[in-house]
Parts: sequence; C-alpha cells; structure tokens
Amino acid sequence: MNYQFKWSVLWSGQSGVWLLQGLITTVEISALAWVLAAALGILSGALRTVPWKPARALATAYVEFFRNVPLLVWMFFWYFGVPPLLPRAVQDWIFNHGAEFWAGMFALGVYHGARMSEVIRSGIQAIPRTQFEASVAMGLTTFQAYRLVIVPIALRLIVPPATSESLNLLKNSSVALTISVAELTFQTRQIETYTAKAIEALTAGTVIYLVLCVGIAAIMARVERRFAIPGLIARGG
Amino acid sequence: MLDFGVIVSNFKFLIVQGLFGLGGFAGGTLRLAIPAIALGFVLGIFIGLARLARSRWLSLPATLYVEFFRGVPLVMVIFWIWFIIPQLLRLPIPEYGVALTAFVIFEAAYFGEIVRAGIQSVPRGQVEAATAVGLTGAQTMRFVVLPQAIRNMVPALVTQMIVLFKDTSLASIIGYVDLTKAAQIVNNREIKPFELYLFIAVVYFAFTYSMSRFARRFEGRVTA
Repeated sequence: MNYQFKWSVLWSGQSGVWLLQGLITTVEISALAWVLAAALGILSGALRTVPWKPARALATAYVEFFRNVPLLVWMFFWYFGVPPLLPRAVQDWIFNHGAEFWAGMFALGVYHGARMSEVIRSGIQAIPRTQFEASVAMGLTTFQAYRLVIVPIALRLIVPPATSESLNLLKNSSVALTISVAELTFQTRQIETYTAKAIEALTAGTVIYLVLCVGIAAIMARVERRFAIPGLIARGG
Repeated sequence: MLDFGVIVSNFKFLIVQGLFGLGGFAGGTLRLAIPAIALGFVLGIFIGLARLARSRWLSLPATLYVEFFRGVPLVMVIFWIWFIIPQLLRLPIPEYGVALTAFVIFEAAYFGEIVRAGIQSVPRGQVEAATAVGLTGAQTMRFVVLPQAIRNMVPALVTQMIVLFKDTSLASIIGYVDLTKAAQIVNNREIKPFELYLFIAVVYFAFTYSMSRFARRFEGRVTA
C-alpha cells in the first residue's frame, strides 16, 4: 500500500469549517429528532400499557410499523414521497426552508420514537402493578396516575437503555446524508471529494463520532447513578 | 393522483431483483442479509468469547473492537471499507463484497455483546460443576455453557437479526441493488415516490414483523 498521508488537509482550506458545520448539523438534527422521539416514545409507550384497548392498538400499530422498516426507507418516504402530495403553496414553502433537514429530522424522530416507545413500555411494565392501584385508590384518575406516578418512575428506571437508544439516534443521523442533509458524514465525504484524501477525512469523522458517543455515555453513566431508585433497578453483573 | 399500478408493472424488478437478487444486477436484500447474519454471528461468537477470556491479550482488543464499532455509525464503516479495501488490495471490489464485509465487521461487535451477555447469564456453578467432573475448559464451553447461553440469547439475537436485515438497506448508498435501490431505480423512471417507498416499507415490514412474531413464539416455548 503506497498511500501518501497528508493530515494537513484536515485543517487547511475549508475542511475545518466543513467538519465544524457538519458537527453542528449532526447535533442539531439529532437534538430536535430526540425531542420528537422522546415525546412520541413517552406518549405511545404509556398508551401501550393503559387499560383501554383502542389506545393500546393504535400505539402498537405505530410502534410496530415504524420500527420494523429501515430508517433509510423512511428518509426517502418523508423527503421524496410525502411533499408531492401536499398543496403547492406548502410544497414551495418547505423547499425554501431546508426541506431535507426537516424531512430527515422527522424521519429520525418518528422512527426512533417507535423504538423509544418500547424502552418506555418496558420501564412502565417493570413498575409493580400495585403502584398504579395505589394511585387510583388515592383518588387519582388514570391520566393523573400516569403523569404523576407511573411515567416519572419509569423515566428513572430506563436511563441506561434510553441512553443507548439516544446514541443510536445520534449515529443514525448519518443516514440523513442520503437525502443530502449536510451533517457530519456528508461533510466527511465532501472533504474526501475535494482533497482525495479518504483515510484522513474518514478518520476525522470517525473520531468526532467516537468522542460524541463516549462523552455522552460517560455523562449518562453519572446521571444513571444519580437517578437510580434503590431497590427498583435490576442491574446486571 | 396516487397510482399503485406502478407497483404491479414493476413488481418483478422490485421483488425478484431487489429482494431476492435474481436478475441482471448482482444485488438482492436477502442475498446480502442472510450471509451477513450468519458470518456476523460467527465472528460475534469469537469476539464475545475473547472479551471473556482471562488473557488480557484477548480481552482488551476484543473490548476495544466492540467499543469502537458501537461508537461509530454504520454508514461510516461502509465508507471506510469502500475506500480502504481497494487501497489495500490494489484492485476494485464489487459493492457486494464491500457491503458484506462492512456488515459482518460492524454487526459482529453487537453480536459479540449478545454472546457475552448470554454466557454471563449461565450461573457460575455450572462451570464449577463441569470442571469438577473433569471437563476441560473448551469442553465446558462447548457442552455446558454454550448450549444454555444460546437459549438465553435467542430474543436478543433475533432482535439483532432484524436490525441487520433493516440495515442492509444502507448498502444502496454505495450502489448495491437491494430492495431500496431497486425502488430508487424504478422511481427515477416512473416518479412515483410515495407509492414505491410505501410499498417497500410494507415488504420490509412483512419480513421483520414475522421474524419478531416467530421469536416471541419461540421465546414462550423456551421458557415454558
């Protein structure tokens, strides 16, 4: 292998700016998608455990359909498939306001919402049934019991799996490059295209992802210890 | 406005070529997914065992391997393989080889973790009992630990297989003609994105959902 390394391509010219922009876009799209995913996940995860069948069926349909189809297909679906069905004026507006970013964010959020839902459901199901019964016995409505008792406890139980799911979301944001969102992987490819230095460019992108993931995992490990409920966390090992 | 006739008229290309890989292109979702699952699992067993090995020289590299690949996106790994292998071997590699290599290397890290967790779920006393009756380390692993561990792994394994099956759609990024790429090709000609992408979503769903149903039944049987 006689490959000429030239690491300076990473800080000469535009590369540094591109990497930074890519990092910012990755964090932005992931953060927004995470909010959407958390909202959808909590809502549908809670609905899957309520004692009312139509709500359970609706939430189950959402979860099963969205998490069982590849994210890439959802990206294409929301970016290419859905906008042409919208009214002309809405289409024009969307395409003037960074359609690929919003379609990518939406695809990522809805897909991971379905996956998050499973995490939250298993958290809720890990709470002893008596908690719910006690809440109702105290005079709370089902909604109040969920909002004030069940969901808060579940959220504290699920910190470890929710962290790993959130990291999956961050990593999966790279799929948005297929609909030309200029996130980190996209910028890495751009540097490679302009400088023909594939190894350097890919190394830069890979290191940034690793630092992000390892950093978030380390922070969340502390959060996990802080929020653990003694006696309710079933920890492995 | 919506015209699902486009599915009917391109059904053969989408399913026979895209899903099964029988046709003019060296493609196919299943032709990629099945070997990737098998080889990824085999490599994963070795990585899982290496992580649990007493020797630092085995466990440390295996741990680094797992932590590395779980910290980077699959898309990135695909690009790595795509650029690096031709550089190393000085010859172009077909997309199929690139995609298969990337999936096996990447998913082995996840399979390795499942194998490790499965082995650790076997009570310590089992190993001690096996040693006491005179089995060697390798025999203990083969006849006592692994048979029980694999049972415990089944649910997580199937979940990971479903993930891998869905991930094969990413091979379309480097031009491999799988189901997703086939839909893109048809869409470029027909401009029916909603119908086509919804259709392949349903095809993917049919596979993954039946896998998960099957796993749930199997799970029930093992525990019962």
